[in-house]
Amino acid sequence: MSSRSSSKLGRSIALHLFLTPLALIWLFPLWMMVIFSTMPDRGIFSPSIELLPHGSFLDNVNNLQRGTNFIGAIGISVSVAVTYTFLSVLLTSMAGWALARYQFFGKGVVVAIILGTITLPYAVVLIPQFIMVARDFKLANTWVALIVPPLFNSLGVLFMRQSFSMMPGDLFDAARVEGVKEWRIFLFVALPLARPMLAALAIILFLASWNNYLWPLLINSKPGAMTAPVALGTLIGLTKVSWGGIMAGAVMLTVPMLVVFVLLQRHFVAGIAAGAIK
Amino acid sequence: MRYQNATAYRFLAPYLLIFSIFWLWPIINSFLISFQATRTVPWRFAPTFNWGRLIGDPAFFNALKNTLLILVIQVPVMITLAIVMAVLLNSPLLKARGLYRFAFFAPVVVGEVAYSAVFRLLFNLDYGIINKLLNSVGLPRIDWFSNVTPAMAVIMIAVTWRWAGYNAIILLAGLQSIPQDVYEAATLDRVSKLKQFFYITLPLLKPIIVFCAVLSIIGTMQLFTEPFLITERGGPGGGTETLGLLLYRQGFRSLNFGYASAIAYTMAGLAIAISLVQLWLTRDPK
Repeated sequence: MSSRSSSKLGRSIALHLFLTPLALIWLFPLWMMVIFSTMPDRGIFSPSIELLPHGSFLDNVNNLQRGTNFIGAIGISVSVAVTYTFLSVLLTSMAGWALARYQFFGKGVVVAIILGTITLPYAVVLIPQFIMVARDFKLANTWVALIVPPLFNSLGVLFMRQSFSMMPGDLFDAARVEGVKEWRIFLFVALPLARPMLAALAIILFLASWNNYLWPLLINSKPGAMTAPVALGTLIGLTKVSWGGIMAGAVMLTVPMLVVFVLLQRHFVAGIAAGAIK
Repeated sequence: MRYQNATAYRFLAPYLLIFSIFWLWPIINSFLISFQATRTVPWRFAPTFNWGRLIGDPAFFNALKNTLLILVIQVPVMITLAIVMAVLLNSPLLKARGLYRFAFFAPVVVGEVAYSAVFRLLFNLDYGIINKLLNSVGLPRIDWFSNVTPAMAVIMIAVTWRWAGYNAIILLAGLQSIPQDVYEAATLDRVSKLKQFFYITLPLLKPIIVFCAVLSIIGTMQLFTEPFLITERGGPGGGTETLGLLLYRQGFRSLNFGYASAIAYTMAGLAIAISLVQLWLTRDPK
């Protein structure tokens, strides 16, 4: 055995000895979320350290449901996230297509606006947005209020512009020569070709809508109109629902996303990494 | 390429419409609102009303101080950790890569409310598992949420847990775009792995590190949910109140839109300053 391969083995062992505890620490909060959601409150309050699941998950769900209509809130969250994702993918890919494929007056300005808003704090638009939607449009506690204002999304447009500009232009030109209209080229040639990118974008947008907290907290504060994170947030710090119930809610919000993450990790990672690559 | 204004703007129209209504006008409007007294009906123009209050308001300086303190400690720790994660996940020596990736990337999908609830329970004084673990190794338990320093620590730990993997994903993509032959040449020249990291990886990764740092700074600057839910409305006694929370309290609890807009524009000013620093750091050396 050469010294080089033995030092390689040493380095490999050191790598795993460092990374394994770090990975376990990182998984710990998620693991405990699941464990807490299966425990009755006397278990959570007991002085012993419990690291394995118990059998009270459904009791905790019932407890949560008695405190707030959480299943109803999940229904709102799912419907809003699905509608938002569809509309946002459509809007951002249309805009991305225009920026990638056409030369037009004011293009530089549009690109500058999109780049400028990436680093602009959302706080700057929050208050007028709220006044406008709630007071002027009288749309508080509606689905429209949850879906439409967040439709403006800059990273998505840049991502789609990048995707469309990497496609061979001859393909679209050939269709044009045949007399195919521009919107048909977009819908039936470009979009199908962009399917993997659309999947990555859709996952990221769905997740953003699913987890969105501040805007839904402000605009849809009526109990029957709350999204699931907002409904869960109202229970934290009160004694209306047990900790087990709150954790059951956290699990219902988180575990489906974790499953999607495991199944579609490649798209997830592509969607997030695309944020940095211009 | 010929100009196709009509076609292009037809595709851009819905997007630009949403932008104009929900972003462009609010950006202008909140600037205007910050110069108005908004607790009288009707609102009246009073240019120094909110800004004058801002520069003399201890609550504002407290929130600014807390926000900057979190920024200065949490962002460098998290970015360093993210670089370590990305470099190690990229190592060809790593076995069971998928499991490690899952461990570090999973927090990316966890919502703010769900993880705030978990961290609040983990760090609970009497039955939180962190204190139970401290006790079990003979250390005294810590009253995390009644004292400012540990409460700040919990917020920083929580934010770091949630976002380190996110940054590691971006950095890992950057690492994978560095051509391998650079490292092969360095290895042939007997350059140690540590030197390779400092003299090849870090310089080539610099623009992406700066990008991650800027996004993290701007995200952390607006920190709201964690002090809202984990330390219960910025407690103890405003010790963890951030600018985001102060804005919420002023704008949506006291309905003082003018003052909240002035706070928002202060945050924007900070963000613009930070973006300029980014442009300067990543400028092309001439």
